[in-house]
Amino acid sequence: MEATTASVGSRRTTSAPDAPRLDLRALGDRAYQIAITSFAVAIPLLLVLIAVSIFAAAWPALTRSGLSFLTQSRWDVASGEFGAAPAIFGTVVSSAIALIIATPLALGVSIFLSEIAPGWLRQPVAFFVDLLAAVPSVVYGLWGIFVLIPILRDPVGPFLRDTLHLGGLPLFSGPNYGYSMLAAGVILAIMILPYIAAVTREVLRAVPRAQREAALALGATKWEMIRDAVIPYARSGIVGGIILGLGRALGETMAVTMVIGNRPEISASLFAPGYTMASLIANEFTEATNDLHLSALMAVGAVLFLVTLIVNAIARWLVWRVSRGPAP
Amino acid sequence: MKRLSLVPFFLAAIACGGDKQNTGTPATASARSGAVDLTGAGATFPYPLYSKWFADYANAKGIKINYQSIGSGGGIRQISEGTVDFGASDSPMKDDELAKAKGPILHIPTVLGAVVVTYNVPELTKPLNLSGDVVADIFTGKIKKWNDRRIAALNPGVQLPASDILVVHRSDGSGTTYVFTDYLTAVSPSWKAGPGKGKEVTWPVGLGGKGNEGVSGQVKQTPGAIGYIELAYAKQNNLPFAAIKNASGKFVLPSVEAVTAAAAATADKLPENTDYRVSIVNAAGENAYPISSFTWILVYQQQPDSVKGRKLVDFLRWALTDGEKQATTLDYAPLPETMASRLQQRLGTIKIGAGA
Repeated sequence: MEATTASVGSRRTTSAPDAPRLDLRALGDRAYQIAITSFAVAIPLLLVLIAVSIFAAAWPALTRSGLSFLTQSRWDVASGEFGAAPAIFGTVVSSAIALIIATPLALGVSIFLSEIAPGWLRQPVAFFVDLLAAVPSVVYGLWGIFVLIPILRDPVGPFLRDTLHLGGLPLFSGPNYGYSMLAAGVILAIMILPYIAAVTREVLRAVPRAQREAALALGATKWEMIRDAVIPYARSGIVGGIILGLGRALGETMAVTMVIGNRPEISASLFAPGYTMASLIANEFTEATNDLHLSALMAVGAVLFLVTLIVNAIARWLVWRVSRGPAP
Repeated sequence: MKRLSLVPFFLAAIACGGDKQNTGTPATASARSGAVDLTGAGATFPYPLYSKWFADYANAKGIKINYQSIGSGGGIRQISEGTVDFGASDSPMKDDELAKAKGPILHIPTVLGAVVVTYNVPELTKPLNLSGDVVADIFTGKIKKWNDRRIAALNPGVQLPASDILVVHRSDGSGTTYVFTDYLTAVSPSWKAGPGKGKEVTWPVGLGGKGNEGVSGQVKQTPGAIGYIELAYAKQNNLPFAAIKNASGKFVLPSVEAVTAAAAATADKLPENTDYRVSIVNAAGENAYPISSFTWILVYQQQPDSVKGRKLVDFLRWALTDGEKQATTLDYAPLPETMASRLQQRLGTIKIGAGA
């Protein structure tokens, strides 16, 4: 006890003269500034380094295949032919299906929570929607294999084809084994739903109260108020949320690999198996020994990296636009 | 991802390893705990057995071995770069891969694995009989129905359904695929001219599943499906498998004994200076199961570090004697005894120390 007081006292006395203390503080500020700046620079630098190293590793395959890497369908390790078109197609299509399914659901849930739901219901529903994001993707994959795929094979397939008479469309043609682009799309939809819902909910809550009251004062019904005053105001933010979900769908690996059937073919049918870029890398990387094969997988990674980077940049821009002022 | 595929194996390994540790003397193990003596990396297929070996060896001799089951490809890359003391692979290294290594590499076979053809045909009450050319034509899509007359001819008196065959194969690069396609290449000229052999090939038809559990999951879920998986996985999960017609014309069900028989038939014919990079698919021998293969540990013939080199050779000697005895408990086929003793001589050719 005595020692503590003594040391406190002595510190006070040494810090009493003014000049050296100020210098020390200035030095501290300077060090702090340098440290913080270097952190800030390090993150973008990391991104650049990752991009550079991926592209450098991908270079041998890209120069060898050229543009045919993006357009060819044949992926044959033995002959050294690498065409990633089916994987690119699969990534884009499965993510598109996911968006088509998840967007209305997520919007519905967010509008309900921000505009309609009674106070006591808001928290629990929001909690459960958010919880969907916490489920590991491998668990979604297992659920897909054991629950979703049998359902797609039996009630859903025959319903679409025979009950709705859609079997003649190329979209629903061919054998239906359950492992398909459709299965991947549905799984992805469930996985990205919480992301879209969370962003949309926040954006809707950011809409000023005056906006709503003005609409109501003009005699709008609740539905008209939501449609004409709230949604347009939040539009770009909602689009940003959707694109954030898309970014996640593009990169999802495990759950998709488990249900998509892993067949590098481009098919018009939703019931046909497909492949995605992320699945291709995950499947082949561990056993890839030859240099060109590794490089080709890196090239797939580079394409995936570019696509997700662009998508995320668009999302950032849209969210930034909505946060700085009213919509046009 | 890899973790999931190993869950059943992990459980088996923990169950067996746990027993051993409880009954053994923990003092020897804990006395040397902390420092790792040897590191290895590679194949996932023998990992459950290897991890049991390492645990038992640590208990018995106090030598700790750290093994990462990152896949055969990674094992070959890491031993070539010299970042591990030994590699492990389900397929032998190719000549150009050997040329890139830092010195001569020895292939030491440890145990044998087999690939079984599994299927989902609820109508069947006893194992299906299949021959190599029929399997090849099923997997190329030439045989499309279960009641195809060529399948029926191999199964007289069996009522086969008229349903479509759905082929399921591995989507990930795998030693299992290598062994299976190695066999099909050996027995079917059209397969040899078409997809050929490799850890990943371009499949003419079918769905891809990731890992043994991915393939077996799809087969179990889909009536009419056919796929190929490892014997150990099939046995531990009670999956049905076909009897395959071997080189002697006999239908043989996969079993640990039938796999060892395939190795014995081939091993006796190996020349004295063999590098053990040999395929044993479609082996002669009346009881030999034809879709079998060695799995290898890869070590440098020159061991510059005399302490590590000595430990490594001692471990391999132990693995080929005491280790082999544990193989069957985890559904791996042990090496034929004559071959294990010949390999002991081969271990004697490893040169230890800087002067080597």
